[in-house]
Amino acid sequence: MSDPFTFRIDGVAVTAKPGQTIMEAADAAGIYIPRLCDVDGLRHQGGCRVCTVKAGGRSVSSCTQPAEPGLEVENNTEARNRVRRDLVEMLFHEGNHLCPICEKSGNCELQAMAYRLGMTAPTRFPYLEPCRDLDASHPDIALDTNRCISCGRCIRASQDVDGKGVFGYVGRGIHRRVAVNGDNLADTDAVLADKAMSVCPVGCIIRKNEGFRMPIGARHFDHGLIGHEIEEKSK
Amino acid sequence: MAASRLIEISPVTRVEGHGKVTIHLDENNNVDEARLHIVEFRGFERFIRGRLLWEVPVIVQRLCGICPVSHHLAAAKAMDQIVGVDVLPPTAEKMRRLMHYGQVMQSHVLHFFHLAAPDLLFGFGSDFAKRNIFEVIRQNPELGLRAVLMRKFGQEIIEATAGKKIHGTGAIPGGINRNLDIATRDRFLSQVDQMLEWSQGALAIARGYVEDHRALVDSFGSFPSNHMSIVREDGALDLYHGKMRALTPDGAPIFDMLNYNDYHKHIVEDVRSWSYMKFPFIKELGPETGWYRVGPLARMNTADFIDTPLANEAHGALKAYSGGKLNHSTLANHWARMIEVVHCVEKIRELLHDPDLQGTDLRAVGERRHEGVGVIEAPRGNLIHHYKVDENDQVTYCNLIVSTTHNNEGMNRAVKDVAITHLSGQPKITEGMLNHIEVAIRAYDPCLSCATHALGQMPLQVEIYDAGDRLVDRAGQCL
Repeated sequence: MSDPFTFRIDGVAVTAKPGQTIMEAADAAGIYIPRLCDVDGLRHQGGCRVCTVKAGGRSVSSCTQPAEPGLEVENNTEARNRVRRDLVEMLFHEGNHLCPICEKSGNCELQAMAYRLGMTAPTRFPYLEPCRDLDASHPDIALDTNRCISCGRCIRASQDVDGKGVFGYVGRGIHRRVAVNGDNLADTDAVLADKAMSVCPVGCIIRKNEGFRMPIGARHFDHGLIGHEIEEKSK
Repeated sequence: MAASRLIEISPVTRVEGHGKVTIHLDENNNVDEARLHIVEFRGFERFIRGRLLWEVPVIVQRLCGICPVSHHLAAAKAMDQIVGVDVLPPTAEKMRRLMHYGQVMQSHVLHFFHLAAPDLLFGFGSDFAKRNIFEVIRQNPELGLRAVLMRKFGQEIIEATAGKKIHGTGAIPGGINRNLDIATRDRFLSQVDQMLEWSQGALAIARGYVEDHRALVDSFGSFPSNHMSIVREDGALDLYHGKMRALTPDGAPIFDMLNYNDYHKHIVEDVRSWSYMKFPFIKELGPETGWYRVGPLARMNTADFIDTPLANEAHGALKAYSGGKLNHSTLANHWARMIEVVHCVEKIRELLHDPDLQGTDLRAVGERRHEGVGVIEAPRGNLIHHYKVDENDQVTYCNLIVSTTHNNEGMNRAVKDVAITHLSGQPKITEGMLNHIEVAIRAYDPCLSCATHALGQMPLQVEIYDAGDRLVDRAGQCL
């Protein structure tokens, strides 16, 4: 199986190389599959489940599932997007995602995903309202874990790219959350140039003193829905 | 003998936010006590603690949906001090000023046409079903259209400078995050002369009302008081920056050219059990005589002149109306407010011709400090923001004194004055009589949301209780 092969996403033929995941092949073909924990440059994790598709009749995370010849994938269907919207909505309920006052607003992938999926207000589930102290001990970086969605990007970046292990998970089940390897961030060997400091999809890892310097209108998602760059490849 | 009664107007309508008035009548139906209560509380000063300093101008503007720009800019000015910036780049200061003038203009227009005009055009005791903006538009569609378009112009100025009409992000510690592009500038320039003409028309209506109803204006909720605002160092009206000036009722200075970082040495806040809104007063005079008023009329009283010609001429006419002395008439606020609309449009026009708005030096940096005060003249009056920030950039202290809070005692006195004049001895209290109380409050354009950070609802309900606290009558309307 060293030759490219084809499979279908929502009835559209997609060419894949052997070893590519469904998401990688979809990206190359200009088909966007929503995702939150996956990002270019980091190993796939399959944790957030937002990228879940139906492949061969089974629900799989498309960022980890290899594409196969002849596979039939359901991606952009009402049923798939409803589940994704539910997942995103639950993420909003788990944390304190106050978009109106968050400096990540407009550049936040969670917010952008909510817009893409048509989730205009999280109203259906009880809010967990975490009350975690903001860690501003580091001179260049602050950490507001009330906004963390446990995507694990910072953990993978710190371990795999920076070779540091600044971040890790603590706790189990619903209590699992990202923590730093020390009493606070200033206790770690984190520096602003670390890959881990640039991969947070939400406003949890904050680059100090940037704040709202980027004007409304110039923010990443002011120019289009999340995923629009991928979709433009197919136009 | 009839029982004593308590009349409650809750909430007060056509103001921003949620408040109520209670009027206590004795056995002879004379007003014993009348109070404006602010009944809800949100507590920004507490929950801003721990947040990062650059978040503050964006968070605290959520105090209000009507004049968020005022809080945004006051907080940004305080944070300028904390990041060690005393002088902004010209582009930054002028963009902020443009934002502020747009804000004051649209807020004043909203108040005058949408909230106050129904009372002024149809009468305080007119049919309440018609005492609203829709009837204003129905009877005078041209005026109604102007009101909408003037507000739109002001809001679009805000959008161009802050990114959004409401709750934008323009001002950042030490500067601004955008300049004004040529195309947007030219769009505003094509409209600004029309806005100035309409502003003068609004001013003529407000001035005409005061001059045509002199006996009413001079007596309705009119009482001597101290007045306070910031003014420019040469004594000119300045809505964005200046030094603090407070005058006695006869115009003598209590303090003048006071660095606003020292506000807390001169202004203290009293607390009363029946309201969430504090009662500030000038320390030198004490709570009995140290209370003061702020806002458009106070600014007309404290300013020696206005640095734009049309507004300055109007300022002179207002001064002449009161014989050169301070004007203490609650209803004269409407006139003063429209003078400020003219001033704002003149300033907007001046700024639009200034090439600094297209500059690219947007932000200055300095040596960090741990305390900052920002003071601005918001549409409703003087606004003070005071913060302390620790070495980790987190807020440890916040004190806000907003315009409506400054005016608390003044509004309560106006309520009582009008209640005594229009309700005392009346066997039957009508809705129209009660509206007189609201007219007095509205003249201050209070923002109860800002003062206590309440979420407003607009049904008007009046309940009358006898001396045994039994409900004897109830009337309601939903506007």
